[in-house]
Amino acid sequence: MVHLLYFAWVREMVGTDSETITLPAELTTVAALLDWLATRSPGHAAALTDRSRIRIAVDQAFATAATPLNNPREIAIFPPVTGG
Amino acid sequence: MIAARLQSEPFDSAIVQAALLAGRTDLGAAVAFTGLVRADEGLVALTLEHYPAMTLAQMQAIAADAAGRWPDTIGTIIHRHGRLLPGDSIVLVVTASPHRAHAFAAAQFLMDWLKTKAPFWKREEWADGTTRWVEAKGSDDAAVERW
Repeated sequence: MVHLLYFAWVREMVGTDSETITLPAELTTVAALLDWLATRSPGHAAALTDRSRIRIAVDQAFATAATPLNNPREIAIFPPVTGG
Repeated sequence: MIAARLQSEPFDSAIVQAALLAGRTDLGAAVAFTGLVRADEGLVALTLEHYPAMTLAQMQAIAADAAGRWPDTIGTIIHRHGRLLPGDSIVLVVTASPHRAHAFAAAQFLMDWLKTKAPFWKREEWADGTTRWVEAKGSDDAAVERW
């Protein structure tokens, strides 16, 4: 089981701020996870259309599309940050 | 040591700086930077969303990175979250060192990194009732590249 978190417009487009799901074992990278998530609902698909506007953190560390997934507990998906 | 704080409440820059400098007579320079909500035409409010489980840890990592680069520099960084109004303060960076070059450099580094590596997102509310998520700027990414 992995806890997925969504922030900012990704949260709004997906339609929830979090969900807990079981990932298929063949999802071994962040890129594969995003491809799979995009099939879950029209909201997921819309939020994940433009991957250049998506950032990821795996277990609270920034990740890239190539980052491997080793039984992560928490994955956050969000736009590029705009603090400061 | 550079301390990091995350809060919804306002801060008083002068009090934070005085606390940082208390008991120290070896420092020759203090820099205080405050980021504010700019009242662009029609802007009603700015809400800062963040990633609660990650935000403070990420701010502390940025602070530790700066402290490693400028070991003679001390500081405090504060970032607010929640709904803020035009003129409100958003972020504070205070640094102090024996000479001004390190205090200036550390303050600029901390701001550049907070803008690009801390998980905050700004949502604007406009007078016509619309809202808009602020887009990340390429110039902020460029600013962080020079370090």
